[in-house]
Amino acid sequence: MSTISDPPSGSFQLSMLINDTRYRSYTFQFIALILLILAFAYLGYNLLANLQSAGLNISYKFLGEPAGYDINQTLIDYTSQSTHWRAAVVGVLNTLLVAFLGCIMATVIGVAVGVLRLSDNWLVRQLMSIYVEIFRNVPVLIWILIIMAVFIAVLPQPRDFRGEDATASMVFGAFAFTGRGFYAPAPVFGPGSGVVVAGFLASIVGIFAFRNYAKKALYDRGQLIPTLWPSVVIFFVPAILAFFIMGRPITLDLPSLQGFNFQGGIFMRNSLIALWFALSIYTAAFIAENVRAGILAVSKGQTEAAASLGLRPGRIMNLVVLPQALRVIIPPLISQYLNLTKNSSLAIAVGYMDLTGTLGGITLNQTGRAIEAIFLLMLFYLAISLAISAIMNVYNNAVKLKER
Amino acid sequence: MSDTHAHSVAFVRTTMLPEQPPPASEAGVVKWVRENLFKGWFNSILTILSIYFIYVIVSGAWPWFANGIWNTSSLAECRDMLDGMTGACFSVLTERWNQLLFGFTYPTEAYWRPTLAFFLLIVAIAPVLYPKAPRQLLVFTAIYPFLAFWLIWGGTLLTPLMVMVGLIAGYFAFKQFERQSFAMGMLAGLVATVVVIWAGGIIPASMPDVMALHAIPSRDLGGFMLNMILGTVCVSLSLPLGIMLALGRQSSMPIIKWICVIFIEFIRGVPLITLLFVANVVLAYFFPPGSNIDLVLRVIIMITMFSAAYIAEVIRGGLAALPRGQYEAADSLGLDYAQSMRLIILPQALKISIPGIVNVAVGLFKDTTLVSVISMFDLVGMIRGPILASTEWNGVYWELWGFAVFVFFIVCFSISKYSQWLERQLATDHR
Repeated sequence: MSTISDPPSGSFQLSMLINDTRYRSYTFQFIALILLILAFAYLGYNLLANLQSAGLNISYKFLGEPAGYDINQTLIDYTSQSTHWRAAVVGVLNTLLVAFLGCIMATVIGVAVGVLRLSDNWLVRQLMSIYVEIFRNVPVLIWILIIMAVFIAVLPQPRDFRGEDATASMVFGAFAFTGRGFYAPAPVFGPGSGVVVAGFLASIVGIFAFRNYAKKALYDRGQLIPTLWPSVVIFFVPAILAFFIMGRPITLDLPSLQGFNFQGGIFMRNSLIALWFALSIYTAAFIAENVRAGILAVSKGQTEAAASLGLRPGRIMNLVVLPQALRVIIPPLISQYLNLTKNSSLAIAVGYMDLTGTLGGITLNQTGRAIEAIFLLMLFYLAISLAISAIMNVYNNAVKLKER
Repeated sequence: MSDTHAHSVAFVRTTMLPEQPPPASEAGVVKWVRENLFKGWFNSILTILSIYFIYVIVSGAWPWFANGIWNTSSLAECRDMLDGMTGACFSVLTERWNQLLFGFTYPTEAYWRPTLAFFLLIVAIAPVLYPKAPRQLLVFTAIYPFLAFWLIWGGTLLTPLMVMVGLIAGYFAFKQFERQSFAMGMLAGLVATVVVIWAGGIIPASMPDVMALHAIPSRDLGGFMLNMILGTVCVSLSLPLGIMLALGRQSSMPIIKWICVIFIEFIRGVPLITLLFVANVVLAYFFPPGSNIDLVLRVIIMITMFSAAYIAEVIRGGLAALPRGQYEAADSLGLDYAQSMRLIILPQALKISIPGIVNVAVGLFKDTTLVSVISMFDLVGMIRGPILASTEWNGVYWELWGFAVFVFFIVCFSISKYSQWLERQLATDHR
């Protein structure tokens, strides 16, 4: 039988702070805390002294003053008379816009490439691995600048579309790809268009309801209802019917050449597109690797087991492989989205006015409020990444292997 | 058997037929092509599309590349020589070669110094990268940072020498006190280093001309050299910092743990470019009034913090992947925290983390191009600024960007191939 020795008794001695493991951690933490406080005090003292000698102070009043500069791509109303705060909001929206577009495109390209890297086709496999290696191993900044150079050097200028001997022409008479940016038709919502939009939204809800019904029928009664064609019909028919019944309320505003530039339609600046493309193809190379790893992580036995149950290849993929692969793919995918969002701050290299360009760029230079501007800038990116991490944690908990 | 056959079949072959070669479609190249390129209609379409794609790329790029001109002094001259043909003006690379490598203010007569430093880097890094390289070279690896500093920045050799002496003194002090406890050793080492460097600082200050190279201020650094310097310095500095942060985050002491968590999450949450802005405009406010820390040093501080946070997360993954039994085994041997970490835990955890650390290193090396945004003239900054803006070479995009892509690809691709090789070397499990 083991004998339990009494804990060392006796009064507390000072040397126990170092030598006794029960107290030592307190000592270390206390020292660390003191050092931290001293470091902050030192930095704060330096800051105050430097600010005082430069005749500056910390104040956020500049956010309420008129910005005095123009932003060439805005999602909300903005003039040069708007405040710096408004300019920052425009920047935030532009950041979110390019991040959102980039995430979608990167996912599409990345999944396609990742699947093709596992294809039976030798040539395609090689091409895709060349793509992945080239884009992963070269800085994204260089890709952004290269695509911007393509815009400047290769694509035609709006003036090339003019006159009889125009060297460039619009695609379908509706899209113009110029060195300044892309012009596309913009929808104009006339009276009664609300019904069409509502019909469209309702049909999306309808698709989900129908799929749920089909699933329930399959599980409860063993009745297999086809879902693909009915879904397509539900998706298109109500919206198109409503469109014609209401007398075509939605029209297109086509871009047209007026003077030296295009007017009307939706305009996406070259900087936005360069940034969007570059971030997408760069991040897609990483996503492709994640997708490939995810699919490879599902053991071959799973596929074989499903095949021996008599499932067809499409169903094996949908019902057995993908659900297990997604568990592996999604977490790194989300952190790639986060990387893309952070990389979108490179917009400043091509003059796209995201938050780094407005608040961290022109506002900072005009007002000289470096500390305040950069503090807000960091706060914004920090908030976004913490939010995305929170979403990721929720997801990870949801798909965690439930061990019983 | 033979009886039944004799009744039912008129003739039974008694000799074996010779083996026949497989049909032409099932052997050799044809079989490979059928299975790998034209298996089913979808694969055939993919193959044809890929071949067309390769044809377009090659037919476009080959004449451009083959007609390339390497020896003109301006774009106009090059266009004249091409005379309307498709062709590249690679002469921008030959003419601006030194600028691309060293930046445009680094003194010409000192180009041999960073070049020498680069080749010595290969020697110094060899024993770290290749376990088979002679171990004696590690001594040179230890000396190299001081030598490289002297070569690139110039000034008297006594300055880096003094720092080296300080570190050696610190090491001996650490060895002396390590027997009492690891923490005491560290403290003693730190104190000895600081005292020696601080006290010895008088020597180089009083003799600035002993073994002196022409001093070059860091704002004159540029070109690919700057990327290399930032990459190597920041990776090597962030590795120990990252290990400390990772251990701190695993610690059972709440205050230390939370300091590390907040630091790591904060750094990982913001883009590097905001940290570079901090280095550029904000960091100077936090130094003592009147001190003038140069921009390269400030950038090195910020990039090191940045990559340390990422490396810490990678190493934390490695620590978490170790079986709990390893920690318990170390405890049951009676090792204290520092010993168990150094002898048992970290060697294994670091081995697991190698691929992740290399990923971070490659990412960091790529991110060094971001300094061009805060108007430092690294390779990308040189191309965007002085070269593309010059009257001679205004409009040469493909050659310059192609060169940048090529250089970064070579470096990053070889690093990642190296890490795969190392992983195979270190694999001790028999799977």
